[in-house]
Amino acid sequence: MTPLTLTADPTAKTRRTAWVPTLVLLLGALYCLIPIAWVVIAATKDRSELFSTFTFAPGSGFLQNLSDLTAYRDGIFWRWMANSAFYAGLGALLSAAVSAAGGYALGRYSFRGREAVFKMILAGVLVPSIVLAVPQYLLLSKLGMADSYWSMLLPSILSPYGVYLVRIYAAASVPAELMEAARMDGASEWRIFSRIAVPMMMPGLITVFLFQFVGIWNNFLLPFVMLADDEKFPITLGLYTLLAQGASQPALYTLVITGCLLAILPLIGLFLVIQRFWSLDLLSGSVKA
Amino acid sequence: MTSAPLKGAGLTEVAPLADGTGTAQSVRPSRPRRRGRSAPYWFLVPTLTLFAAFTVVPIGYAIWLSLHKVQVKGIGLGKGARQQVWNGLGNYTDVLKDSEFGHSVLRAFGYGLIVIPTMLGLALLFALMLDTPKARSAPFARLMIFLPYAVPGIIAALMWGFLYLPDVSPFYYLLDKFGLPQPDLFDGGNLYLSFANIAVWGGTGFNMIVIYTALRAIPPDIYEAARIDGATDLKIALRIKIPIVMPSLVLTFFFSVIATLQVFTEPMALKPLTNGLPSSWSPLMAIYDKAFLQSDIYGASATAVVLALATFVLSFTLLRISDRYTREDRA
Repeated sequence: MTPLTLTADPTAKTRRTAWVPTLVLLLGALYCLIPIAWVVIAATKDRSELFSTFTFAPGSGFLQNLSDLTAYRDGIFWRWMANSAFYAGLGALLSAAVSAAGGYALGRYSFRGREAVFKMILAGVLVPSIVLAVPQYLLLSKLGMADSYWSMLLPSILSPYGVYLVRIYAAASVPAELMEAARMDGASEWRIFSRIAVPMMMPGLITVFLFQFVGIWNNFLLPFVMLADDEKFPITLGLYTLLAQGASQPALYTLVITGCLLAILPLIGLFLVIQRFWSLDLLSGSVKA
Repeated sequence: MTSAPLKGAGLTEVAPLADGTGTAQSVRPSRPRRRGRSAPYWFLVPTLTLFAAFTVVPIGYAIWLSLHKVQVKGIGLGKGARQQVWNGLGNYTDVLKDSEFGHSVLRAFGYGLIVIPTMLGLALLFALMLDTPKARSAPFARLMIFLPYAVPGIIAALMWGFLYLPDVSPFYYLLDKFGLPQPDLFDGGNLYLSFANIAVWGGTGFNMIVIYTALRAIPPDIYEAARIDGATDLKIALRIKIPIVMPSLVLTFFFSVIATLQVFTEPMALKPLTNGLPSSWSPLMAIYDKAFLQSDIYGASATAVVLALATFVLSFTLLRISDRYTREDRA
């Protein structure tokens, strides 16, 4: 804004590349890409090529691996993928809805017990997952709900972090004056929430959805504890059991590798599409508070 | 907004409010207020119901279980032969005497000592490099370094597991070419490095974004002022940027400690690839082992409660320390 910013740093005008930072960043990117590049290439190798050819030399068996994987136990792999999409999609949607209502209440109303409720929910983040998972399993099995879709879905809905994020987002983005004006016009509290607050909080809710989608898709402990029937497995647990069998049947290794590639593609795709929605300010808001 | 005093009980006509907003509905101007008063509680119903059902009740049940044990009566057949009886703190004294669990906690600490400094150090380094105005390809690198966050931990462990296998690994190929010794990455001490590498790979990007976001929030005028005073980029990083992002570093440290205590996925995933891994390698594995493989849910619950208490104590201590630290920093 001031002329000072233009003239203070003469080196800023000459667009020299800072080589050290660039090199460090590229090395970091390389480190992060190696396993992904490896899995892309390894998925193209057939069984004999996997252990005999150079690691980063592409093979000739990708289509064969794909059809082997699809044929394996009548396509159970795709069933696992569909299960993961179901658990993560519906779970994250419900999670965003619950976080929206809860976070909005905590961020936009002052009422008795607000801080106590908020602190209690946040303390939920600290509880080790297995402390919850074991008694959750025992309680759900008493209700006859262990090893069901419910046992995966219900425990993943509440996201303390989501409530926290929406609280901050609601306080920052839904003006109290607007709520007051809507009240004057006779709008009910529910209508104010659903018609005014939810659209204004949408970027925050998308972030909660995304975090929770990734969280549920990547979860391993919960299905590992809850599920026994492999028709209900998500992809993480499915691939794990496949690898565990692979220890005695190395032929399954190519299936595991191809499966890994297919399992990370949707998430990487989701990332590339949604990253433009990812507001960095939102994350910083959560960090500064 | 002061409400007009209501005079008389059976009033039929009320004077309009002084500010001219008075209508038939503003007979009781406080009505929307009062109606709104219960609204936050309604909005919290789903959150609190789920919190009660899937956090409070399970914790309560775990504590209840941890104080009981099963007693077998008679010859142990038929209904009522196995009874839950009060065991007081018996399970807890067992936990504290359990050397398996003690070892798993020590392993988690050793693992954390490698993972946390490496991961946060790299995250800070990358965040600072991203924040350098003249760095090329920063958006590309930012996306690539963040990408592992999208990869499920179990799949990350599987991919690295294959990269650790001498027959498949490109690293062994290179070591072989140069005639260097080939370490066994699935062996005792090296296991720590193998697991740590997977955690660093998966977690650096997320922490980098958190720190980078905090860096972006610093007003650029500060740097201009420092440059006029003759500060180099390195000095600006050390004296200005790092102190300012300290709260973010504390936060990421805090979450990393909690994650370390809960390490489960990586060692579980690599277990099928190696013979040398005990089934109680990490504290969570020890609890899982006890609950589901030894069917001792009472002992497992007590162990889980101990782990939760340790997490709480550690968390509050860390928060206390960081609070004092950041406050001094601001002063």
